[in-house]
Amino acid sequence: MTTKKIWIVGLATTVMIALMLLEGTPSVAANDQPSGASADVKIDNFSFGPQTLTVSVGTTVVWTNRDDIPHTVVSTDGVFKSKVRDTDEKFFYTFAKAGTYPYFCSVHPKMTGKVVVQ
Amino acid sequence: MTTKKHNLIDQRLQDFNDDGVDRRGFLKCMAWAGTGLVWTLSGGIPASRAFAKVYGKHAGKGGYFSFVQISDSHIGFSKPANPDVTATLQTAINKINAMPQKPDFIIHTGDLSQLSKPSEFDTLDQALKGAAAKQIYFVPGEHDMLSDNGEEYLKRYGKGTKGSGWYSFDHKGVHFVALVNVANLKAGGMGSLGREQLEWLEGDLKGRSASTPIVLFAHIPLWTIYPDWGWGTDDSEQALSYVKRFGSVTVLNGHIHQIMQKIEGRVSFHTAMSTAFPQPAPGTAPSAGPMKVPTDQLQRVLGITDVNYLVSGSSLAIVDSPLGDSGSSASGSGRGLAVVDSLFG
Repeated sequence: MTTKKIWIVGLATTVMIALMLLEGTPSVAANDQPSGASADVKIDNFSFGPQTLTVSVGTTVVWTNRDDIPHTVVSTDGVFKSKVRDTDEKFFYTFAKAGTYPYFCSVHPKMTGKVVVQ
Repeated sequence: MTTKKHNLIDQRLQDFNDDGVDRRGFLKCMAWAGTGLVWTLSGGIPASRAFAKVYGKHAGKGGYFSFVQISDSHIGFSKPANPDVTATLQTAINKINAMPQKPDFIIHTGDLSQLSKPSEFDTLDQALKGAAAKQIYFVPGEHDMLSDNGEEYLKRYGKGTKGSGWYSFDHKGVHFVALVNVANLKAGGMGSLGREQLEWLEGDLKGRSASTPIVLFAHIPLWTIYPDWGWGTDDSEQALSYVKRFGSVTVLNGHIHQIMQKIEGRVSFHTAMSTAFPQPAPGTAPSAGPMKVPTDQLQRVLGITDVNYLVSGSSLAIVDSPLGDSGSSASGSGRGLAVVDSLFG
């Protein structure tokens, strides 16, 4: 092929790949994670980050306490409840069902967060 | 602060104890005692001697008693803000033991432990065994509720208490009420007393003479200091409505690791310093967590609170003393002076 043709094919391929990626499901595009993978929430300065986390069904969310004070992760609907987590300790929960899961820290109830499972 | 000072002095309240000293006169005496107190702190002479002098002069029917409030010992905490909270607790106990006038008892307004671990409670109990006052009253903080809704705390300190650990007792004519506002906390909320406890409180206070001095103590402040950080109690209004009719009400809290005060009518609110680590003033930091200060400053931002009562009356004096007694520190004695000033003008 001539250089020009190679260039055109290369550009077309790039555009096609870009279009494919853009058409992907929101959870895949947003977090770049296939189902069954994990997502992280960092606990620091008396807050959950990100405060709202969107994941796909089957994802295991990992909360890590980076604060210098212990916290807990407790679902407001009784779906999950961690033991107290001190600095650097983690809590894991795998979301098997789609839905919205608000939670808070039972020790410092002003700390709230949400996991949206799609 | 200045406005509050004048309001307090100008308040005309009745002479409760028939000794010719109305509240204004009493407060003037306490102002002297306050000045004397600060002076004696700098001079290294224990403070309560000044009070004994004043009270002796006005005692009327029966002298006075004192008790000490300590708070937020957080045994088990070990981070830069204070790597040895057991040592600073011991400093607080030594300070109590050095008072020439022994306090009748000690009140601990919660967060005894950092993680509700048995070993942490053990260490606290061991330290308190060396306190001159053998009777100690506790209320739990949220850090003491971390094992199955406070099971470990209640096992040790819950004898004779109701629900999540509330109770009341009388001492030399003063009625003390221990409240728990750290159980069953709701998402997005602050401290909470709950309906069962409020109903109990209403019944507990019913029928008591309005001249009975009342002391309420709970971990989280019973007035709203800073909602963003959870510094308040969602349903405290109800509790405070039950004590409104009494001639003298004192509310003692902890949780915020710094002194804050408010006087509203006949109710005085007061929070204590921690014996473990300080926390930032509201809104001055990203969060309410432990605040690191230079090591040589630590003792000046930790402290105990000495509460003195005239037995036959309703007048009281609350004095906060930092653990660091160097006297040369402006912030240390400044804090003590500010507290006394704001109460007694």
